[in-house]
Amino acid sequence: MKNPQINTPIDPRQIKGWGVDADPKNDPTYPMRARMNATQDPDSKHRPDSLQPQDTEVLRSIERPNVSAVYGTPEPPKGLSGMIRRFAFNYSENRYRHWLPLIVADRVNMVEGLVEDLAHGKFPNIWAEKGYNMDWKYKRGSLILKLSVLTAIAVGTTVLLTSGSKKNKTYKPKYKYKS
Amino acid sequence: MLAMEYRGPRRVRAVQKPMPEIKHPQDAIVKVLRACICGSDLHLYNGNVPDTRVGSTFGHEFVGEIVEIGADVTKVKTGDRVIVPFNVACGECHFCRQGMFGNCHESNTEATAVGAIFGYSHTAGGFDGGQAEYVRVPYANVGPTIIPEGMDLDDAVLLTDVVPTGYQAAEMAGIQTDDTVVVFGAGPIGIMAARCAWLFGAGRVIIIDQEDYRLEFARNYSYCEAYNFREIGDPVVFIKKITDWLGADCVIDAVGAEAQGNALQTITGRKLLLQAGSATAMHWAINSVKKGGVVSVVGVYGPTDNLVPIGNLMNKGLTMRGNQTSVKRLLPRLIEHVQNGTLNPKGLITHRLPLEEVADGYRMFSGKMDNCIKTVLLPPTVSL
Repeated sequence: MKNPQINTPIDPRQIKGWGVDADPKNDPTYPMRARMNATQDPDSKHRPDSLQPQDTEVLRSIERPNVSAVYGTPEPPKGLSGMIRRFAFNYSENRYRHWLPLIVADRVNMVEGLVEDLAHGKFPNIWAEKGYNMDWKYKRGSLILKLSVLTAIAVGTTVLLTSGSKKNKTYKPKYKYKS
Repeated sequence: MLAMEYRGPRRVRAVQKPMPEIKHPQDAIVKVLRACICGSDLHLYNGNVPDTRVGSTFGHEFVGEIVEIGADVTKVKTGDRVIVPFNVACGECHFCRQGMFGNCHESNTEATAVGAIFGYSHTAGGFDGGQAEYVRVPYANVGPTIIPEGMDLDDAVLLTDVVPTGYQAAEMAGIQTDDTVVVFGAGPIGIMAARCAWLFGAGRVIIIDQEDYRLEFARNYSYCEAYNFREIGDPVVFIKKITDWLGADCVIDAVGAEAQGNALQTITGRKLLLQAGSATAMHWAINSVKKGGVVSVVGVYGPTDNLVPIGNLMNKGLTMRGNQTSVKRLLPRLIEHVQNGTLNPKGLITHRLPLEEVADGYRMFSGKMDNCIKTVLLPPTVSL
């Protein structure tokens, strides 16, 4: 800044007419907030006396100066999704570069979860995890329709891909003959 | 211990997880006696909240018994049965000391716009939630409130979120005597907001939703008018018509990101995630409130942006208010309302499921099956 004096704080009470129409009762934040400005609050920077020991990786918003006095410990960042999350936390909550990578990380994390299950010899019971028992009980028609459409798409895609590979096989000898 | 576990959008299961541990001298470990599935859990369930990590346990509405306390816990002791407010609050920071317990600055490292909420993604602090047998509860001197003798646990569990949020929605609407209040959304919060609007002196309360069974429930529970937006044409024009073409004095958005009713909002907000959920209800709220009126927002939206008619906020001279509920601030008054019979929270409960069937519970609530309004999950140690 060329001239820091330009932003020197002034005492607003010196401004002519300051506060002459003030109406403390006209406070739309009441009673959600007992109005208290940080400058009038000697304890505005007060923190709980004890801080949770930092024994696990916790990602910190760059919009705050420190790790909060307590924090959640489950599921610290790991793997590819963890790398994406660490990248996201280089940016403030004001930036798409913060939130969009986090959404991508969540989807990557879902695949990592599947791989982790399989690596532990556990095949996830998708039917149960999606609660399809309830659809079967209360919305059987729409569930059958949904599954039929998915099956048709899967079969159609398989047929399409299979027929494509046969064509390639038939073209191969011709190509060899010409050469 | 048994706990709900998130595996990806619309995939959850009950699994064995390690017992929670004391991590801070003000922590307590609570044995869960009742936990609910909340409408806002569906935003997590559908994968709409950024930084919702696979392996997380949801659940911010729970009550239980304290089984272990940290060295600095003095306000509660083991054996106490407690209501645990859904927000984690230190009670000492700049915001907590203003009564803004829903906006604590010393419980969430990962985002500054939102305080910490149990079981609500790492964006809300990364704490595991109460859809489990046991849960770590930080700041046990501040949040947990002893359940009064004789209070039903089903009433108590709804004092953790549903009742205070419905009440604060009405409070933020600044309702004056004989005001007309419109509530968008007939989920548990909307139904409670409509019920609480009367406590502030409303003269007319109208609720709008698309599920007939919920509208019927609201008529009976909240004593309000109820209309299906699929049957009334443009809901904004309808509200203008029934309010002498002026609009409602106060409108409450109790829907949030899962709103239906506008294809553009649904596709861009819920399917493509190009905005932070579908803002249909907020759009309708701004446009159907009277000039100079108040829009109160308790519906949950994601942390990016939404398409709303912000120009009308200025053109109509509106006041818009919203917040995460300050449960601790409201609990003393609301406990009185429950004890003297003014409010009947447990009347909202329609389903009770064992924790093992948590996936079915989410699916049923999400799909609005079997006339579901509110589902309570019971850990294996508690009888149905």
